[in-house]
Amino acid sequence: MTVMVFTFYLFAVTTLLGGLMTVLSRNPVHSVLWLILAFLSSAGLFVTLGAEFVAMLLIIVYVGAVAVLFLFVVMMLDVDFAALKAEMSKYLPIGLLIGIVILMQLAVAFGAWGYSPGIDERLAAPWAVGENTGLLGLLIYDRYFILFQLAGLILLVAMIGAIVLTLRHRVDVKRQNVIAQMHRDPKLAMELKDVKPGQGL
Amino acid sequence: MYTFFTQTNSGQVLLILGQCLLVLIPLLLALAMLMYADRKIWAAVQMRRGPNVVGPWGVLQSFADFLKYIVKEIVVPAGADKPVYFIAPMLSFVLPVIAWSVIPFNEGWVLSEINVAILFVFAVSSLEVYGVIMGGWASNSKYPFLGSLRSAAQMISYEVSLGLIIIGIIISTGSMNFGAIVEAQRGAGILSWYWVAHFPMLFLFFVSALAETNRPPFDLPEAESELVAGYQVEYSSTPFLLFMIGELMTVVLMCALVSLLFLGGWLSPIPGLPDGVLWMVLKMMICFFVFAMVKAITPRYRYDQLMRIGWKVFLPLSLGWVVLVSFLAKFEVFGSMWARYTIGG
Repeated sequence: MTVMVFTFYLFAVTTLLGGLMTVLSRNPVHSVLWLILAFLSSAGLFVTLGAEFVAMLLIIVYVGAVAVLFLFVVMMLDVDFAALKAEMSKYLPIGLLIGIVILMQLAVAFGAWGYSPGIDERLAAPWAVGENTGLLGLLIYDRYFILFQLAGLILLVAMIGAIVLTLRHRVDVKRQNVIAQMHRDPKLAMELKDVKPGQGL
Repeated sequence: MYTFFTQTNSGQVLLILGQCLLVLIPLLLALAMLMYADRKIWAAVQMRRGPNVVGPWGVLQSFADFLKYIVKEIVVPAGADKPVYFIAPMLSFVLPVIAWSVIPFNEGWVLSEINVAILFVFAVSSLEVYGVIMGGWASNSKYPFLGSLRSAAQMISYEVSLGLIIIGIIISTGSMNFGAIVEAQRGAGILSWYWVAHFPMLFLFFVSALAETNRPPFDLPEAESELVAGYQVEYSSTPFLLFMIGELMTVVLMCALVSLLFLGGWLSPIPGLPDGVLWMVLKMMICFFVFAMVKAITPRYRYDQLMRIGWKVFLPLSLGWVVLVSFLAKFEVFGSMWARYTIGG
């Protein structure tokens, strides 16, 4: 067993374990932590594929940002998850149905899966020009520039939408006015007195 | 002998293990000394003596502290989530150590030379927030929990501007490899380092690093004088020590990053003098001195001020700088000031 095979199986098994425990664990915070393990090990799988840039991005974006928000929300939520779990049997048939549908779709997709001719030579060929970060940059910013920008625009619209939906100006809270605080004049706010020793004011 | 270490699997494993120890042991010893230096500088500013009992001039103080911590009793709160409670301090110790594996100390003196080294450091430092969150939550107590929320929000906020500043450096270099970044700063000595080309970002990076590592004046997570020690309240003995070493290790890591990204790494400041590991160490020590001085001479920020600076000042500034640098690099203003594509590009 070569080192590469060993690493692959290590990360593959931990990914599956993480995913499984995400669903199975009773404590929601533990679920999120297992999910993070799954993210990390799939990043490891990307590294074994040679896609180190994608792996780092997966860690920075999903683990460093998205999962932290998950964790925040789950910690703050005051939901009795045991009670929710107790109702699971009611929703089990629907869940199973959805699972089976997805499984069949995947079966159809992979059944019709085919490789274009000459894939083996292309897979075996090393990256001839530059490192894969540079190649990814060329693809995203040169060939698929418009699509990439459109994707960004969609995210921007979604973000603005979320802000507009939740933004409200409350009038009953006191706010810090930073500009006013920084422009306070010590001469107007306080008075300095030179007090002689032993005399008092 | 040579073939054993380069050809066989077990030999390679031993070699890598040895290399790791070669980085780790000097690092931990340096941490002990830096902890002592930190306290001495702080004391000198406040006209105190600082630690001066253990060993000559107190240099062995950190080792005495270390012994004291590890022989104390580990107290676990009754309602604590035990596995998470113990994973948290380990995580916050191990992650900064992992990040050191890609930090070069001299040309080629690096454990693993990877292309996305700077992203790797950034990814690992974005994971460090988990030690804080998990520790605060698993303690099952209100003070640590509030402390960890505050701390996590702070670390996430300042990571954004750190990342954007790093993007400016990457654009200038055309590579994410530390070796390439340092090599790109070669030229007229001190004047061709990135602190000239990316002048305002040096300060933004430094201040963001202060906030990211929870150092004063942004030490709100701990704020020992008014808020009890944040997420570490329920920790004692070795777990507490791990939190502390992890924090200091991150500070030293940030010093190394500042040296590599802005101060030319192992390049000598005067053209003609030989480059070498000593320059790198000297630059890191200067950075650490500034870190220690900032701790001694600045008052603590208010939490809303901290958040305001992060999101409303640093983020727009660093984002604007990325756009500016992209234009400066694209149109090659001042020759190769911002576009130094020595490797790749």
